[in-house]
Amino acid sequence: MIPLNWYISLSAVVFIVGVAGFLMRRNIIIMFMSIELMMNAVNISLVSFSHYLNDMKGQVMVFFVIAVAAAEAAIGLGIIIALFRNKANIHVDEANEMKG
Amino acid sequence: MAVGIFIYLAAAITTLSVLVITRRNPVHSVITMVLLFFHIAGLYLTLNAEFLAAVQVIVYAGAILVLFLFVILLLNLKEELIERRYVGPWPLGFLAALGLFFMFIFSLKGFRLGPLGPFTDEVIKAHTNTKVLGKFLYMEYLYPFEVVSIVLLVAIVGAIVLAKKRLKS
Repeated sequence: MIPLNWYISLSAVVFIVGVAGFLMRRNIIIMFMSIELMMNAVNISLVSFSHYLNDMKGQVMVFFVIAVAAAEAAIGLGIIIALFRNKANIHVDEANEMKG
Repeated sequence: MAVGIFIYLAAAITTLSVLVITRRNPVHSVITMVLLFFHIAGLYLTLNAEFLAAVQVIVYAGAILVLFLFVILLLNLKEELIERRYVGPWPLGFLAALGLFFMFIFSLKGFRLGPLGPFTDEVIKAHTNTKVLGKFLYMEYLYPFEVVSIVLLVAIVGAIVLAKKRLKS
């Protein structure tokens, strides 16, 4: 039997890689993929809790997270297309019109 | 045996997720992410979540990443391959992520499991994972399920409004 802590640590590692990618990359597509990575990390921990606690609530939560991730990807990619149409590139450090 | 499978999956997931955020070409990142999602589906199988493993492959690897690929197709990424990959203050972001990691690992020491629920392995084995999950979802979580359908509807409308050409009024 694998200890639950291993799964939680793996989830933490994937989440941290997602955070690092979100904070470090310039390309907005990779930033959105980092958000998907973070959601997957949370899903891993929810499924492992569900298994080790003999409870289905965790898997139901993962179901909802996947639905929200699909919605977020659709909206986010619409924003990327709108940004590319206005600026002709997708680098986040060059989109600074809102800066005061 | 189970430990070996877990170690393989953990090593593959860690390596692939690091590859996803460091590749220069976004297409390579997406392809690596497909592999990553297959490994995460394998991890769900080791946790007796067969339905979620299937959904992970169908929705994430099949739908969301294909959407990403289509958007990359629409954009011009020639200059992406020669410009720098990271924002100016990237070491700051790396340090913040590292600090968060150590916070997670230290907080793991104080972690205790709560009371166990009714869905033991025998109960799930007597029916199936999909049947148990479906009954639980439609009986206990029917209202959130309907809310999620509204969220998806809003996402469809929002994506069309954001991506369509602006009409001259």
